[in-house]
Amino acid sequence: MGAAVEVRGARKRFGLVQALDGVDLRIDEGEFFALLGPNGAGKTTLISALGGLVRADAGELRIMGHDVVADPLQARRSVGIVPQEIVFDPFFTVRETLELQSGYFGLRRNGAWIDELLARLDLAGKARANMRSLSGGMKRRVMVAQALVHRPPVIVLDEPTAGVDVELRQALWEFVRELNAAGHTIVLTTHYLEEAQNLCSRIAMMKGGRVVALDTTRRLLDSFSERLLRVKLARGEVPAGLLPGNGPDTAGWHRIPVQNAAHVEEALGALRAAGLTVTHVEVAEPELEEVFVKIMAREPRAGAAP
Amino acid sequence: MSPGFRTLLFKEVLRFWKVAFQTIAAPVLTTVLYLVVFSHALAGRVEAYPGVSYVQFLLVGLVMMAMLQNAFANSSSSIIQSKVTGNIVFILLAPMTHRDLFAAYLLASVVRAVAVGAGVLACVALFIPLPLPHPGWLLAFTAVGAGLLGVMGILAGIGSDKFDQLAAFQNFTVTPLTFLAGVFYSVATLPPAWQVFSYLNPFFYAVDGFRFAFFGQSDVSPWRSLAIATAALGALSFTALRLLARGTKLRH
Repeated sequence: MGAAVEVRGARKRFGLVQALDGVDLRIDEGEFFALLGPNGAGKTTLISALGGLVRADAGELRIMGHDVVADPLQARRSVGIVPQEIVFDPFFTVRETLELQSGYFGLRRNGAWIDELLARLDLAGKARANMRSLSGGMKRRVMVAQALVHRPPVIVLDEPTAGVDVELRQALWEFVRELNAAGHTIVLTTHYLEEAQNLCSRIAMMKGGRVVALDTTRRLLDSFSERLLRVKLARGEVPAGLLPGNGPDTAGWHRIPVQNAAHVEEALGALRAAGLTVTHVEVAEPELEEVFVKIMAREPRAGAAP
Repeated sequence: MSPGFRTLLFKEVLRFWKVAFQTIAAPVLTTVLYLVVFSHALAGRVEAYPGVSYVQFLLVGLVMMAMLQNAFANSSSSIIQSKVTGNIVFILLAPMTHRDLFAAYLLASVVRAVAVGAGVLACVALFIPLPLPHPGWLLAFTAVGAGLLGVMGILAGIGSDKFDQLAAFQNFTVTPLTFLAGVFYSVATLPPAWQVFSYLNPFFYAVDGFRFAFFGQSDVSPWRSLAIATAALGALSFTALRLLARGTKLRH
């Protein structure tokens, strides 16, 4: 499998800020990949450098094997980027916007694909509307369509679901999943970590312009998060050493790490044997949010919220 | 040229055409008003050239002035608007070269200039007869004059980050240079010091050469005007192409 995105030693400084501090990253063709990190971690700078909107001070960036500096036109043909900021040209309608964008890529008869994009992104009814008249969520969907007019092999979505309501978010992810199944490589950044956990097979976490964690979603969850059995007890008196940790949390939950169903049985059995009555029980699956918080905390520079 | 060039040119023309009331009709009206007011106020003036009335002389100068100003307005406003609103990213993300961008913005400026110039002439042609002994010079100076200001608009659009910076450039560079380009008077009638100042102004050569096309007479030779205006166009184009190739103030 070839590399869809290859970044080696990418560095970029804006004034006093080292936005990219030696980024190395390889994303294979066909991957569904998440790029996570706090605000200011360098995600958008990296994406902009891949699109040629930002010029890296050092390092090498390739898309589908095309160097973004030496062979910019082929690199740009190979990638569709949905920028994070909502931007639009107020002179044009939705359909004109997509036809013009197709033309920039030399695609003169792209009507069928534009129709499909409009339908899939629930914009068909707005095709003749001026961009100014659309809501924020609709504008963002037009931007998704703009990034896809040339059917790029690599699709980069920089926080595509910010400000988009739940129903449309689901529809967008369904569409993106289909594109991925059809062979498109997907790279996304998002602050909704559960989206990344559900969608992406591999995750890079950035902080301070560096990649601080890079692994499959499964392994990150296994290494940094655990399945927890959470119980509430009828009486507060718990024999010392029976349960790990420092007693219940403020809501009265005791947290017991477990690997599988046998551990759950065992733990509940031990509580029963100690004469305790369990009133509430639930099993919490590992969460990417916990992984994120732990990884950001172990890195030297102070992190912000995800 | 990349295939995208044609679309970008089309988009740039469509952009001003969609608001033609502001971008063509308004400057045509302004120019016709200048003509009416000044020709009435200065009707007593002697012929600027033998056989050329002041109104004819003024009309041709005003047509070129309108073309210069609108060529500048087109490229500069398009670039600054797309920079300020941010939608320029979709042009920068497309597979187009710096030459494509340069040529599309420049040609769209020339198209708008021609539309405004032709609009003014169409409004007054019935009332003010104009000879046109040298149509070739008309085309040459239209292209070079509008091109020169189209490129200045590209440079101003790239250089400005805010609308008021662009307005300052326009008010302190483009407007004075167009008003002092011999639109309202023959430079030959000026005191020597002012004449020197006019000869340093590249816009003057566009106006003067444009008049030669209509009257076969001008303050300086049309060849000399063409050479100087073309040299200015070449120098500014070279600068604009370099900035676009480097991505100055566009690709960070």
